[in-house]
Amino acid sequence: MRPKKELTFLDSKKNQLRVRTYFYVSLVVLLIVDFFLHKHVHFSWENAPCFYAVYGFVACVSLIFVAKLLRLLVKRRENYYD
Amino acid sequence: MISTLPPAVIFIAGAVFVPIFRGRGKLLYLLALPVIAGMDLVYLPTGQSSATTFLDYSLIFCRVDRLSLAFGYVFVLIAFIGTIYSLHVKDNLQHMAALCYAGGALGVTFSGDLFSLYLFWEIMALASVVLLLARRTEDSRKAAFRYFMWHFFGGLCLLAGIILFVITRGTTEFNYIGLTDSASLMIFIGFCLNAAVFPFHAWLPDAYPRATVTGAVFMSALTTKSAVYILARTFPGNDILLWAGAFMTCFPIFYAVIVNDMRRVLAYSLINQVGFMVCGIGIGSQLAINGVVAHAFCHIIYKALLFMSTGAVLHMTGKIRGTDLGGLYKTMPFTAVCCMVGAASISAFPLFSGFVSKSLTVAAVAESHHVIVWFMLLFASAGVFHHAGIKVPFFVFFGHDSGIRSKEPPINMRIAMGMAAFICIFLGVYPAPLYQILPYPVDFHPYTAFHVVGMLQLLMFGALAFTMLILSGFYPAEQRAVNLDTDWFIRLPGRAFVRFCHKPLQAIAEVATGWAKSTVAAFKSAPSRSVEIEKRMDWIFHTLLVGLPERVSQVVQPLKTEKSELSWNVTYILIPFILLLLAILFVFK
Repeated sequence: MRPKKELTFLDSKKNQLRVRTYFYVSLVVLLIVDFFLHKHVHFSWENAPCFYAVYGFVACVSLIFVAKLLRLLVKRRENYYD
Repeated sequence: MISTLPPAVIFIAGAVFVPIFRGRGKLLYLLALPVIAGMDLVYLPTGQSSATTFLDYSLIFCRVDRLSLAFGYVFVLIAFIGTIYSLHVKDNLQHMAALCYAGGALGVTFSGDLFSLYLFWEIMALASVVLLLARRTEDSRKAAFRYFMWHFFGGLCLLAGIILFVITRGTTEFNYIGLTDSASLMIFIGFCLNAAVFPFHAWLPDAYPRATVTGAVFMSALTTKSAVYILARTFPGNDILLWAGAFMTCFPIFYAVIVNDMRRVLAYSLINQVGFMVCGIGIGSQLAINGVVAHAFCHIIYKALLFMSTGAVLHMTGKIRGTDLGGLYKTMPFTAVCCMVGAASISAFPLFSGFVSKSLTVAAVAESHHVIVWFMLLFASAGVFHHAGIKVPFFVFFGHDSGIRSKEPPINMRIAMGMAAFICIFLGVYPAPLYQILPYPVDFHPYTAFHVVGMLQLLMFGALAFTMLILSGFYPAEQRAVNLDTDWFIRLPGRAFVRFCHKPLQAIAEVATGWAKSTVAAFKSAPSRSVEIEKRMDWIFHTLLVGLPERVSQVVQPLKTEKSELSWNVTYILIPFILLLLAILFVFK
């Protein structure tokens, strides 16, 4: 049985674009704020500008690359164990 | 003495009476048990109290200190939330198993000697097997068997370790054990198996996605975290745990990216989160142990929330694979929001509970200057947002529209999810109550501008990578497949061994049986020329030799039947276990 109400706000291209714009703006803000911070660090490289941003991005891209390689290694058909 | 009633007893004894209640009475009774246990916890006097004795050793069911109390609180809390979540379930067996399971975890938490620890350890294992079987599918039945074998093995290791421990040290009471001899090594292996430490982790992503919708909530909370508690008590500051934990945070996230079943994604991310705790135990400083307890507390709530919201989707749609789902926010907005709160918490977003707890462990690693481990944890923090934080909500509730338009789950499920989501946000915004129950005094402020911005950068730029990879089409698509894990090394040789028992051994048995029967027949039809000899030989042939093949065939014949498969499988777990035991004894003696 279908419920009566449906949310559709992400169906329109305009709203999708809006969400993405907010996202990109917040990224830029985070980068700018980074230069005005008082940093108290454990390791010297944390002082590098936008260290966390770069590390987060690189980590996730390499994660996907390695995961794709892993899939080549471990992927089997769905009834492999049956 | 009512004041030292162990909370485990309330749950386990309470479970027995579940079937006598009906309708509303049963709902009230089920809800009352965790409430009573919670009140019992509050009034439990600190210190040890012995309940009874076993073989001249006292059994201590109530060892109450700040470490065990913190875990006790969260186990009772999650038992309460999990019970609300499962109130719609009509199957008494599931309720009883869940209560016994929670009781077992509490028993482990408050046990002060190894015998009572082992007792509750096995209660927990058996109760969780029932939660797997209760799904009543062929798939879950097989998974339950494998799960049972893993924990049977871990339990045997623990038991062997305990016996050696009692022999060498002459006591069953334990606190810090430390990895020094064969006894402690066996105990260590037993604990590590329950904590899903690599390579003993494969049971977890195998079993949890196959449990019942409600059972998975209890399972995600209890088994691994009670093992974390016991490791924090017995093996803090162990270097093996430091590196094993760091490895545990990293390798599951690669799997989580490629697996399709959403509850399996969560199972892998569970290993990743337990990795943070195991790593903290490996450091063992006061800050690190505080981090372990805080993270275990928050993790139990948000992981249960994630399992509840994906379980609600499974309950309502009957589907859980990423390939089958998408666009569910349209008709299940409340579940979607709860899932996103859980996702934000597990990703350690500021203002959510993961942020205030994970920071403690990471800070402890930084203070001890383990640079490589620190980088691994940071990588895992970015990675967990990637799969549990974005992938699960995105592929289930957003992404491509699967066309499924199902309603929100029943009211009890929504209440349970709402409560868990509230706790996640409350602790994230106001962590003081959490920090108060930690074992050591806390002087830590997670909300510094640098830390908040650094964490946000890490997460948001991870999200940027996700967005770019999705839009470019490079992101690995959801695929229906089996992804091999370390259990491959057990399942294939195990199956080969069973096949060996069925085919070659069985063939030998059949040849022997046929030969014996034809020999008997030949003797009986022989001409009676040598009556005297026969009379003399009568006793030997008819009583002894003739009887023997039939005896043998009686013993061998039943091995063919289906029922005896279990005995073979038990054998196959026992043989490697005995070999391992001998190897360890050999190495350490």
